[in-house]
Amino acid sequence: MVEQSTIEQNFDLTEILGRYKGASRDALIPLLQDVQDLIGYLPKSAVTQVANFLNLPTSKVYGVATFYNQFRFDPVGKFHIQICRGTACHVKGSARVLEALQRELNIKPGQTTRDGVFSLEVVSCIGACGLAPAVCISGKVHARVNPDEIKSLLKQYKEQKSAEVTV
Amino acid sequence: MNVITIEINGQQVQANKGEFILEAARRAGINIPTLCHMENFTPTGACRMCVVEIDGIRNLVPSCAYPVADGMKIQTHSPRVVRARKTIVELLLASHPDDCLYCVRSGSCQLQELAEDLGVRQRRYTGAKNNYQPDHSSPAIVRDPSKCILCGKCVRVCEEVQGVGAIDFINRGAAARVATAFDEGLNISSCVFCGQCVKVCPTGALRETSHLKRITDALQNPDKFVVVQHAPSVSITLGEELGIKAGTDVCGKMHAALRRLGFKRVFDTSFTADLTIMEEGTELINRVKNGGPLPLLSSCSPGWVKFVEEFYPEFIPNVSSCKSPQQMMGAVIKSFFAEKQQIDPSKIFSVSIMPCTAKKFEADRPEMKHDTTLPDIDAVLTTRELARLLKLYGIDLEKMPNEEADSPFGQRSTAGKLFGATGGVAEAAIRSVYYLMTGEELGIKELDALRGMDPIKEAHLQIGDLNVGVAVVSGLSNARILLDQIKAGRKDIHFIEVMTCPGGCINGGGQPIGTDIQGVTKRMQTLYKIDRTEELRVSHKNEEVQRLYKEYLGEPNSHKAHELLHTHYVKRKVTI
Repeated sequence: MVEQSTIEQNFDLTEILGRYKGASRDALIPLLQDVQDLIGYLPKSAVTQVANFLNLPTSKVYGVATFYNQFRFDPVGKFHIQICRGTACHVKGSARVLEALQRELNIKPGQTTRDGVFSLEVVSCIGACGLAPAVCISGKVHARVNPDEIKSLLKQYKEQKSAEVTV
Repeated sequence: MNVITIEINGQQVQANKGEFILEAARRAGINIPTLCHMENFTPTGACRMCVVEIDGIRNLVPSCAYPVADGMKIQTHSPRVVRARKTIVELLLASHPDDCLYCVRSGSCQLQELAEDLGVRQRRYTGAKNNYQPDHSSPAIVRDPSKCILCGKCVRVCEEVQGVGAIDFINRGAAARVATAFDEGLNISSCVFCGQCVKVCPTGALRETSHLKRITDALQNPDKFVVVQHAPSVSITLGEELGIKAGTDVCGKMHAALRRLGFKRVFDTSFTADLTIMEEGTELINRVKNGGPLPLLSSCSPGWVKFVEEFYPEFIPNVSSCKSPQQMMGAVIKSFFAEKQQIDPSKIFSVSIMPCTAKKFEADRPEMKHDTTLPDIDAVLTTRELARLLKLYGIDLEKMPNEEADSPFGQRSTAGKLFGATGGVAEAAIRSVYYLMTGEELGIKELDALRGMDPIKEAHLQIGDLNVGVAVVSGLSNARILLDQIKAGRKDIHFIEVMTCPGGCINGGGQPIGTDIQGVTKRMQTLYKIDRTEELRVSHKNEEVQRLYKEYLGEPNSHKAHELLHTHYVKRKVTI
């Protein structure tokens, strides 16, 4: 189940929709990708706008968007965690790493923690098979991650966050 | 040559070029089971129940989506095929709650039937059960995704037949399920509560919100004066739910049965259908005289009304301000009847039996309250629920005597009864509008154009100086076609009758499950036969309606009539 962010604002999609003038339903996925590139996620109002623009039921657009892992319905956190669930990482135990991440953050893949610090995404392969199991946090790759280390790893990032705030 | 010969189970079978194996097989008397197949829809091949073995083809193929070819040799029930089907059912059951004994669809569930037919006698597979919360948010329909087998029929009917698209598949793989936009409650979705999804659902994943308990409680409450009304189409279909031949009118027996259940008065909604005609007919005449807004759109079908409020709010001024017959009856019961009988309206418990799930939503609308607080209708039963109630009370419908409905709302014309089929409202309206405008009676024959199962029907008729254009639509996707024509500037239509469900109320979302087009046509024929054989065929000659005007309402569209029998509509903010 995808949880909605509580704060909803109306996003201006005029520019993007202008580019898709006269488009039909086959433009749906590129359109959603552009919207996500702009906003960082797919807020409800944007999904509805896209649906109305393409003359599709919103339920259908939402259905398509939830089918693909690439679309998210919450804004990404301050730190975006991508956990690799590719074959090599799987063999090296990434399932347990994911479990630990979910437990520590209390969110599911695709969601963002309530304080907006972390967001979690499952990716198929980040091309770092030699470093398996790999976790990429806001662009920085962490190699051979041990599930037991997750807690302290997250703590480091959290401290980094509060350090920034005090500055 | 368009006819080819194929071989099914060693037997030569004629097939039409281009048709699918399933169709040819069924015509030849071979039943191939299906779960996702829908007549007159493009096949999806989703459920794989219909797989067959074809000579020379390695894999099993879905017969619903595989076209016949000359000389094709097909096995529909070979051991391999039967094993595949049985495995599919067993796998479906592995994630299904498997709680048949407590399920409202026990006995009418296709999954259960297949498990029985295929001899599933043990749980071979165990795994994680579906564990989703049922959605009880709407006043009319309960969705229980745990029982869903993802056949997709509800999604298709909602989008393709009704043009609503309130639900679709979300997520992927094992997490896939059917949900509304943003997975929110049905109550805030664009769902119009027509219940066509309930009718196509093979399992108990979709059902009506039950009002049975409300009614059994009220019937036992000595402080409540419990009255009931029944819609025109219910007497035609109730029998089917109780094993009586399709198209049998059980009206008289149903009256008797309702009395045995303990209802103090049994009223006929066809009476208020006649009343609706007087009000709506007068409204139409006034609109024609006063320059619109036209076309006048009928307002009997609550799913359609919600559809306009959501998708075509610019047409709200066109919708007749008349309440539906259910709500008109509700209003006159708690006013005229209550005053006459000297009963406090709050002591009256008013039940309606409807072919419809959306009527539960309609009764729940804030506009439909007596004196703005008390609901005019307290509970709505579908035809299916009435059958359950009769079973619960041990009443054998077939053994009931024939009895009449109660005065002062018991008389009806056959015009009012025709409301049960698509075109009936228009036909009844024309008969009375013709009389109201010209003072003469109209012959009945001219209106054949408005009868039958066609999705859009039109007729033009000279009434006095005016060439009146009437259109009849059933199925909301067809209503879209017509409304878009009107939007584009079409001007020759004065009145449009829209029924939410294809074929009208006889095929409503509250009717018996598992009826095909032939069954619906039989119900329609029964209504036409009633119209053909009875004396009172026009609403304006209904004496009890005349009496109601004389003693209480004054005249059609009077101030009092407006207060009780008319309503207004609101633009709805839902995710469409």
